[in-house]
Amino acid sequence: MYVAVKGGERAIAAAHGWLDEERRGDPAIPELGTDQIRTQMTLAVDRVMAEGSLYDPDLAALALKQARGDAIEAIFLIRAYRTTLPRFGASIPIATGAMACERRISAIFKDAPGGQVLGPTFDYTHRLLDFALMAGGEAPSSAPQSEPRDAAKPHVTEILAREDLIQAESEHDEVDTPPDLTRAPLSLPASRALRLQALARGDEGFLLSLAYSTQRGYGRNHPFVGELRVGTVAVEMEIPELGFAVEIGEIVVSECESVNQFTGSKTQPAQFTRGYGLVFGRGERKAISMALVDRALRWKELGEENTGAPAQDEEFVLAHADNIQASGFLEHIKLPHYVDFQAELELIRKLRSEALAHLGADA
Amino acid sequence: MSGYNFAYLDEQTKRMIRRALLKAVAIPGYQVPFASREMPMPYGWGTGGVQVTAACLVPEDTLKVIDQGADDTTNAVSIRAFFARVADIATTEHTRDASVIQTRHRIPEAPLREDQILVFQVPIPEPLRFLEPRETETRKMHALEEYGLMHVRLYEDIARHGEIAKSYAYPVRVEGRYVMDPSPIPKFDNPKLDDCPALQLFGAGREQRIYALPPYTRVESLDFEDYPFKASRPDHPCALCGARDSYLDEVVIDDAGGRMFVCSDTDYCNDRRAAGHRGEMAAPFEEMPE
Amino acid sequence: MSAPLLEVDGLRKHYGRRIGCAEVSFTLWPGEVMGIVGESGSGKSTLLSCLAGHLASDGGQILYRDRSGHAHAVANLSEAGRRRLAREEWAYVHQNPRDGLRMGVSAGGNVGEPLMARGQRHFGDIRAAALDWLERVEIAQDRIDDVPRDFSGGMQQRLQIARSLVNGPRLVFMDEPTGGLDVSVQARLLDLLRGLVRDLGLSAVIVTHDLAVVRLLADRLMVMQGGYVVESGLTDQVLDDPQHAYTQLLVSSVLQV
Repeated sequence: MYVAVKGGERAIAAAHGWLDEERRGDPAIPELGTDQIRTQMTLAVDRVMAEGSLYDPDLAALALKQARGDAIEAIFLIRAYRTTLPRFGASIPIATGAMACERRISAIFKDAPGGQVLGPTFDYTHRLLDFALMAGGEAPSSAPQSEPRDAAKPHVTEILAREDLIQAESEHDEVDTPPDLTRAPLSLPASRALRLQALARGDEGFLLSLAYSTQRGYGRNHPFVGELRVGTVAVEMEIPELGFAVEIGEIVVSECESVNQFTGSKTQPAQFTRGYGLVFGRGERKAISMALVDRALRWKELGEENTGAPAQDEEFVLAHADNIQASGFLEHIKLPHYVDFQAELELIRKLRSEALAHLGADA
Repeated sequence: MSGYNFAYLDEQTKRMIRRALLKAVAIPGYQVPFASREMPMPYGWGTGGVQVTAACLVPEDTLKVIDQGADDTTNAVSIRAFFARVADIATTEHTRDASVIQTRHRIPEAPLREDQILVFQVPIPEPLRFLEPRETETRKMHALEEYGLMHVRLYEDIARHGEIAKSYAYPVRVEGRYVMDPSPIPKFDNPKLDDCPALQLFGAGREQRIYALPPYTRVESLDFEDYPFKASRPDHPCALCGARDSYLDEVVIDDAGGRMFVCSDTDYCNDRRAAGHRGEMAAPFEEMPE
Repeated sequence: MSAPLLEVDGLRKHYGRRIGCAEVSFTLWPGEVMGIVGESGSGKSTLLSCLAGHLASDGGQILYRDRSGHAHAVANLSEAGRRRLAREEWAYVHQNPRDGLRMGVSAGGNVGEPLMARGQRHFGDIRAAALDWLERVEIAQDRIDDVPRDFSGGMQQRLQIARSLVNGPRLVFMDEPTGGLDVSVQARLLDLLRGLVRDLGLSAVIVTHDLAVVRLLADRLMVMQGGYVVESGLTDQVLDDPQHAYTQLLVSSVLQV
């Protein structure tokens, strides 16, 4: 009698045991190593790093293994680990102009200083299942690589900026200490730096859909991919004791600069506008999405009309972009709610009995 | 547990939360923004309450955790185990023995004391949220005490149902100033908020808000003069302990629509049974948990 | 009642290089109704938005004297101050009732909200006031629990008027109150408004492109064109003996109809 809610402790322990078993799967099959995940499931690892806001491929691989491949669960593990780490300071801004690009394309110029580098892209593959991989295919023949990838490639938007054809990014956006969403509550309206930070951590699917909605007319901003680049940049940090910046490591990032519809008036000559996307690892879909959403959110600063599109609504976008907040709150409705539900049950019974008595009296 | 600070959070974070708590105590019912950390349990599962509890705990504390009034529900077990592990503190299921009680959706039946802290887990701290979704707007409404809309909602209920059809998370006004969401407790519990000797703290992790009711704060449930607030009253005695003054869970016991009503506060029910009270479905010679 | 309610002096509003309105000055006395007429783009709606504090003006002064005799410079009001005036002293009737009503809240709730916003907490009194006002705006009392979504356009507008007036505002702003309604409905609404203005001794500023509205409701009139007031005076005087060419055109185009 009355066992429905008893035994929580035992149930949890048993569930954890079962979960471990499920994660391991068939013991006759060799166990997956985190090194395999790190080197062969690289795009999954990159997404976990980007949305987990922690650049550590080994931990991201571990999180993916522990999460049985579920990206959001892995991101959650990384976030919960990250939050316990001390914060030493902020790096100086990474110089993406000096990136060693493995991929760099512009959709607005046929050629640009530094050249177009297609890189390892899915773009022109035919999406045909390669059954050889299933059979345990051989190592791919080594691909020819173009000229040394370290040759500096200036940003394509700089070419437009030289002629003043594109809006200058405002200087006062660049603050000494960037805001940190994980150390201060989100306050609205948010600065652009804070917005970009929230988008960089935001859910790829959410940003993709929002960006797509702007293309379909909900806050349209006519984007071109001015430039997309993926590659390695150095991270440098100012060390107060030394008085100069030292390199503390290298990271791979994807950066997208969009070139968008122009603004202008009689007093202000027309200029293209821009949106910006930057994510950890190789995540160009997310970087492009982010640039489009960033651009849509800038309507006020650019004196555009608010058409009521979701992508223009800062409060809507920022409050719902984080998949860890979203999935937690969504899934918490699995927790018992029987106290609330009991209260609702009593109320509805009471309202019904009163209404029925009333109807009976009328009849 | 090695590798983690006492009660999981680092001391800097605890200080930040304590500052928010002090501000919340100074302005009863006001939602103080705080830099909620990412916790090792999901948002919506009590991260706000856990952070408040972590910031309040000292090694001498004895912690009780309840969910839906019960100590043995899965999430209560999980949070209690978490603190036992990361803070190595004593835990209890007895309301009277606890110095800190973290709760989801209930206030214990046993009266609380001045030396106790009650920590509520809050999903949506903003009582105006479902009337006005924008934070930027609701903040102004609180600042300017524009609470007309809240009463429109209550007016509509009475016009439609003849009474205020809000059975839980029933909004309250604190010291005649801020309208506050008491978290999804049944309105049965609302009177316990008022003039309570214990410190009541509310933490909303995902929404990054903390608010508080200092001891002996005046807390009024919103109503109309001619439709005064009425706390719900149980229709049945508890089937196990016979209590007529406690909030009851409805437990379906067979396929034929059979059901029993039992105290949602398991500790209260156990205490009463230990003292010899028997409901109509209690086993005659049941062995009591200690 | 010796002090003016509203004093406007040299009011100016630009949209970039375009003039919204400029050099607008007038005084409104208690119990007086001021009509502002002009075609669309003449600046009359801009002027009304500035007066009500919805738009920030670029120059000039708007002084409003409240119940206690205190004068407020509307342009300098904090949001809190503006909202207090909007809640306790003013009412605003929008052209589109959707902008002034809560479409999902019952008629009674819509009329009752301003009372609750000012602290009334007696359900029976609020409901009685709502019933009384529904009757005054000729809405059947048994519609009190229906939502405005289910009302006709004319009923919605009458409901908005009830909601605006229930608190006994000292100053009412009306933006094309009869716009968007068909002619027979307009006539009935005008008739109703005239009765209310007379019975309650309302002070109001009414913006409209419809000369029939000002003829019936306004004591005085300002004619706007291109952002400027081109003619002003007593309503009958202006309409019967227009001096400015533009006013003459307006009046004659009405007469042709």
